[in-house]
Amino acid sequence: MADQNGDLSITVDGRPVPAKPGEFVIAAADRAGIYIPHFCWHPRMSSVGMCRQCLVEVDGPRGPSLVVSCMTTVADGQVVHTESPTVKKAQEGVLEFLLANHPLDCPVCDKGGECPLQDQAFSHGPGESRFVEEKRHYAKPIPVSSLVLLDRERCILCDRCTRFAEEVAGDPLIQFTHRGSELQVLTFPDEPFSSYFSGNTVQICPVGALTATPYRFKARPWDLDESESTCTTCAVGCRMAVQSSRNQLVRYQGVDADGVNWGWLCDKGRFGFEAVNSPDRISAPLVRQGDELIETTWSAALTAAAGAIKEALADRGSDSVAVLGGARGTNEDAYAWAKLAKAVIGTDHVDAQLADGLDPSVLFGLPRATIDETCASKTIVLFGPDLKEELPVLYLRIRDAAERRQTRLVEISPTATGLTRHTYASLRYRPGEQGALISALLAEGPVPGLDDATVAPVRAQLRSGGSITVVVGRASLADRSEPLNVAVGALARLDGVRFLPVARRGNVHGALDMGMAPGLLPGRRSLTDAGDALRERWASVPTEAGLDATGILRAAADGAVACLVLLGSDPLADFPDRDLARRALVGAGTVVAVDTHHNASNAHADVILAAAAYGEKAGTTTNVEGRVSRVSQKVTARGLARADWIIAAELAVRLGADLGLESLDAIRDEIVAVAPSHSGITAAALDAQPDGVVASGPAALAFVAPEAPADPPKVDAYALRLVVSRVLYDAGVALSKAPDLAPLAPGTRLHLNGIDHDRLGITPGATVRVSSARTNIMLAAERDDSVPRGSAWIAFNQPDAAIAELIDLSSAVTDVRVETL
Amino acid sequence: MTDAPLIVTGRFGQSDAHTLAGYQSTGGYEVLQRALTTMTPEQVSAEVKTSELLGRGGAGFPTGTKWGFCPPGVFPRYLVINGDESEPGTYKDRMLMELDPHQLIEGTMLTAYAVGVAQAFIYVRGEMALAQERLATALNEAYEAGFIGRNVCGTDFSTDITLTWGAGAYIVGEETALIESLEGNRGMPRLKPPYFPAAKGLYMQPTVVNNVETIANLPWIVANGGAAFKAIGAPTSTGMRMFAVSGHVNRPGVYEVPNGTTTFRDLFEKSEYCGGILGGRAVKAFIPGGASAPWFYPEHLDLPLDKPTVDKAGSMLGSGAIVVMDETTDVVKATWRVVRFFARESCGKCTPCREGTNWLEKILKRIIDGHGRPGDLDLLMDLSDNISPGIAWPPRQTTICPLGPSAVSPIASAISHFRDEFEHYIVHGTPGVPEASRG
Repeated sequence: MADQNGDLSITVDGRPVPAKPGEFVIAAADRAGIYIPHFCWHPRMSSVGMCRQCLVEVDGPRGPSLVVSCMTTVADGQVVHTESPTVKKAQEGVLEFLLANHPLDCPVCDKGGECPLQDQAFSHGPGESRFVEEKRHYAKPIPVSSLVLLDRERCILCDRCTRFAEEVAGDPLIQFTHRGSELQVLTFPDEPFSSYFSGNTVQICPVGALTATPYRFKARPWDLDESESTCTTCAVGCRMAVQSSRNQLVRYQGVDADGVNWGWLCDKGRFGFEAVNSPDRISAPLVRQGDELIETTWSAALTAAAGAIKEALADRGSDSVAVLGGARGTNEDAYAWAKLAKAVIGTDHVDAQLADGLDPSVLFGLPRATIDETCASKTIVLFGPDLKEELPVLYLRIRDAAERRQTRLVEISPTATGLTRHTYASLRYRPGEQGALISALLAEGPVPGLDDATVAPVRAQLRSGGSITVVVGRASLADRSEPLNVAVGALARLDGVRFLPVARRGNVHGALDMGMAPGLLPGRRSLTDAGDALRERWASVPTEAGLDATGILRAAADGAVACLVLLGSDPLADFPDRDLARRALVGAGTVVAVDTHHNASNAHADVILAAAAYGEKAGTTTNVEGRVSRVSQKVTARGLARADWIIAAELAVRLGADLGLESLDAIRDEIVAVAPSHSGITAAALDAQPDGVVASGPAALAFVAPEAPADPPKVDAYALRLVVSRVLYDAGVALSKAPDLAPLAPGTRLHLNGIDHDRLGITPGATVRVSSARTNIMLAAERDDSVPRGSAWIAFNQPDAAIAELIDLSSAVTDVRVETL
Repeated sequence: MTDAPLIVTGRFGQSDAHTLAGYQSTGGYEVLQRALTTMTPEQVSAEVKTSELLGRGGAGFPTGTKWGFCPPGVFPRYLVINGDESEPGTYKDRMLMELDPHQLIEGTMLTAYAVGVAQAFIYVRGEMALAQERLATALNEAYEAGFIGRNVCGTDFSTDITLTWGAGAYIVGEETALIESLEGNRGMPRLKPPYFPAAKGLYMQPTVVNNVETIANLPWIVANGGAAFKAIGAPTSTGMRMFAVSGHVNRPGVYEVPNGTTTFRDLFEKSEYCGGILGGRAVKAFIPGGASAPWFYPEHLDLPLDKPTVDKAGSMLGSGAIVVMDETTDVVKATWRVVRFFARESCGKCTPCREGTNWLEKILKRIIDGHGRPGDLDLLMDLSDNISPGIAWPPRQTTICPLGPSAVSPIASAISHFRDEFEHYIVHGTPGVPEASRG
C-alpha cells in the first residue's frame, strides 16, 4: 500500500522494494540494489526503451508479460521478476544480438576493462555467440569533432550520446542516420559535433564507440588510480573523479553530485588536465638575473621574495605591498595568503578578482540561493554573463529547469546568450544603462526604450508571487560595475528574492570568503568585525580597507607599490584594461609571482615561486553557491613546485613570523574556528558529505544599494557601445596550455547587429578598424543579430587580438567607432 | 460475377474515373453534399458504426469504435489517411488512389465531418508516383469545386486536406511511425504509452488514422446506409473487401469480394477472380494476409475470408495481400525473400529487430548458398524465439513494434511444414524441390 508520503511498494524477485509514484521499475530496483542490465537507460535522461536489455516480467491479469523496465511505471503492489527463465532467455538473447555485430577489439579499446557491454556480457550474457557471419564494417574511427572520435563498428545504437546532445546539452549535432542494420550515428555534413559538452558523450557511451582525443590509448582502465575531487576550472564546482596513471593525470570523469553537476562536465574542465601536464609548467623557483629568470633553490627564491617584501616594508611601509590573485587555489591556500598579507605583512591591498567580478557585498550581503533552489524558483532573473560561456554546467542545470517548465527565465542582458531561447522574456540593455532599466522596470510607469507589450508580462511574472532568484554577475568587462549595483539594489527589494552571484573564477568565492579582498576578513567579515577567535590567531588586522585590483594596478603604475605579488594572476591577459596592467607591471618595484605556468605577466617578475597545480595539491574549494567540497591530490607536484599555502607559510618564516599553519588539517581547523561561514565544515563533515557542504555566512557584510541611478553615459550617433565578455575557450592557461583545447578558441571578431552592419556599409567578413578613446585595432566584422542595435560585442582574451587594449577602466563604459577600410 | 455490388472498385473499368467530371458522372460528391446538408456528424458516425466496417489496413479494428476513442471535447483533431501501403504483395490502396482518387477524397471529407477534424492528411507511399499525381490533381479539382477547404458545398463546414508522401520506409505504415514522419521526424514507431493516436497522435492531439480502403467505403456506406453494408458479407466481416493476389495464379490482381463468405479456393480458382493455379499445379502454401502473416496450406483453402475464422486458424487477413505458392516453390528461398524484406525495412531502433532480422536473413542466405550448418534450423528457431518469445500467434515481442516478429512468422511457418527442404539444402547444398520457382 502507498504510505503517507505517497510512496509505493513493489515486489522485485520476491523482495519488497519502495518506489516513488511515476518512476520506472528499473530506477526503483536500482535504488534497492537490484541490478537490471541496461545500456540505453540513463537516470539523468529520458527513457527510450531502445536497447531492450532491461526486459523483465511483470505479473498481470493474464499472467506475467515481458516489458522493458526502463519504460514501465511502477504501480503499487506490482510484482516484477528479473531472473525468471523467460527473462533470462530474453536478456541473453538481446545480449547475443548486441554482440553479433560488435567487434571484439577489446584489447585495443579504451573502454575495455570498464565497459558496460563487456561487463554485462559476462554477468547477463549467454557466454558464447552463435554468430558466424561477417560483421558490419565501417571506417574506424571517424572524428565527429576535434575532441571526440566515433567508431561505428563498436556502437550499439543506444541513443545515449544523441539524446544527451539534444536533451541535456541542447546541441543536437549528432543524429541517427540510415536505418536498420545500417543505422548509425553521424554529424551533419560539414557540421562537427562542436558542443561544449561533447566529452560527456564519451563518458556515458556504454561501449568504446566514442573516444576522446586527449585520453585515447593513454592508459588501461585497470592501471588508473582515482580520487574524487572538485573541478576548479570555473566556479560551478563540478564533482569529478581525477584519474592518473603512472603519476600523470590522464582523465577526469564527471561524478553525479545531486546538488551540482548531475555527472556532467564541460569539455574545458574535463580535458583541463592537459594544461597541468604541459611542458610549459614552472617546475622550479626562478629569480631574475639581468634579463633572465634563472632556476634556483627554494631557499634562495624565498629569501629573495621575502627580502623584497621586507625592503618595501622598511622603506615605504605596509601600504607599498599588494597581492593580486588567489582565486586559482584552494580555500586553504587563500586563507594562508590572506593571513600572510593581512596579519603578517599588514597590507589590505589584496584582491582575488581582476575588475571582472562582483562587489563582496553583492556576493555576501544578500540572501543567497543554491543551484537547486535557483532551479526550483518560480522565476529566475538572469542578470549576468552568458552562463553557457562562463559557467557551463550551471547553464545545463538552468536550461534543464526551463525545459521541464519548472521555472520561467527572465533575462536582462546586453546581448542574447545561450539561454535566450529558453527564456520567457529577454530584455536588452546598453551597458551603463542597466541600473536605470531595472529600476524603471520594477517601478510603475513606462520603461525607456521598451514598449508596454514587452514590459507587461515581465512585470506580471516578477510580481506573480512565488520564489524569485536573481542570477547576478558581470555581463561585460568593458564597463564598471556601479550600474550593476544600482540594478541589484532595485532587485533586492523584490519580495522573497534570493541571489545566486556568479563570479566565474575557479575558487573566487572561496578566496573572498577567506578574506582575499580589500576590507574583508575570513568568514565574510569586515575589518571592524574580526571576532575574538581571529584576533587570537592573527598578530594584527588592517585598520583601513585597501585597494581593489584596479586601485592596486593604478598605484603600481604610479610607483606606489614597492612589491607586487601576483598570486596566480596574469593581469596582462586577464585584466580588462591592458594599458593599465602594462603600466602597473613596469611601475611596480619588485614583482613576485606565484604561478604554475609561464605567462605574459610573470615574464616581468623578479622572483617566480613554482606553484603546484590542480591535481597536485589537496584542500577544499567553494563554488558559486558557497558549497565547500574537497579537492584531491592525485599526483606529485611538478618538479619542485609547492602548494600556495606552503609558500605562504615559508615566506612568513622568512619575514620573521609564524603563520602557525603546518598542515592542511591545521588550516581547516583554524578556518572553522575563525570564519563563521565555515563553522561546522570540518574535515569530518566533508568526509561525510563528499558532494560538499554549503557555507552560509552572517549577514554582517550588508549590501547597501547605491542611492539613485547615475545618469547613463550617452552614446553618440557615430559610436557603438562595446560589450566584451568571456567565451569558454579563450587564451587562459587552462586552454592555451592544453594542446587539444587550444585550437578551439574562436578568435576575435567584431559582432554587430545586421542593421548596424549594413548601415556602416561593411562587406561581409571584411576587416574594419575599431577605435575606442584609447586606441584602435583591426578586426573582422560579423553580422550577428544576438547583438542589439547600437552595441557591438567582442570576445575577451582570445589568442589573436588584445581586445583589452581598447578598454579604459577610468571611463564608465567603452564606446567604439567602426570604420571600413 | 456475384450479385454483390462492387463498393469501392465499381469505377475501376471507367477510364476517366480519376477526373472530377468522370467521378461526378456516376454521382460523385452527391453523398457529401447530402450528408453536409441533411445529416449531423453524429448521424454519419452512427451509419459507420452500424456498418461494422472493419479497418482494412491490417489490424481489422472496427472503424466506428476507433473514431469513438477521441477524447470528447479535445480539439483540434486530425485525420490521417494511411496510404503508405508497403507490405510485399499489397497493392489494393494503390489502385484506389490511382483509379478513383475522388472516392477517397469524398470519404475523407465525410470522415472529417463525422469526427470533427481541423485538418486531414493523406500520406501516400513515396514510390507511388502515379497515385501521388492523381491525388494531387484530384485534390486541386475538388478544392476548385468547393468540396474541400473553406465552407464545403456552401455549408459552414471547413476542412483542408494535405497531401504528403513518404521517403520509402515500410515501417511508416505503422501508424505512430507515420505520425512521426508527418511531423518531419525520422519514421520510427513511437514508444507506448500513449497506446492510441486517437488520444495523443499528430502533434500530441487526438488523431484518427484510417487506411485508404477503409475510407473509400464511406461514400457508399453513407449513401446506402450502414445496414445495407452490414447485409453484405458475413456477420463478423461485413461488406465487400479488396484482396490483392499475387504468386502462382493465372490472373493475379486486385479483387473486391464479399467479405467473410468467399473462400480462398473461390478467390484462387473462380473464373471471375484468379482463374486457377498456374499450370494447373497444386497449391503448396499461401500467405493469407501480408508477409508477416503465418502461412496457410492446402487444408486451409476452404476457409472463408473472414477475420475471426482466419484469426482462429492461426493467421490473419491483415492487409489483404495474398501470395500463392504452388508445389514447385523453393520454400527456403521464399522464406529468405520475405525475411530479407523485413531485415531491410527494420528501422534499427531496437536491438532484437535490428540485429535479429538481419542475422536471420544472413543465415537463410548462407543456407541457400550451400553453406548451411547442421544446427542452423535450431538456431533460426531460437533467434526467432528471442525476437518473439514463444513464437506464438498472435506474436509476443521483445521489440518495440511488431516488425521484428513479422520476420519470425514465415520462418516458423516454413520450418514447421517444410523442414525437409531446409535440411536438403543443409546436407546437399541444393534445393529440395525438383524445379526451382520463379522466385
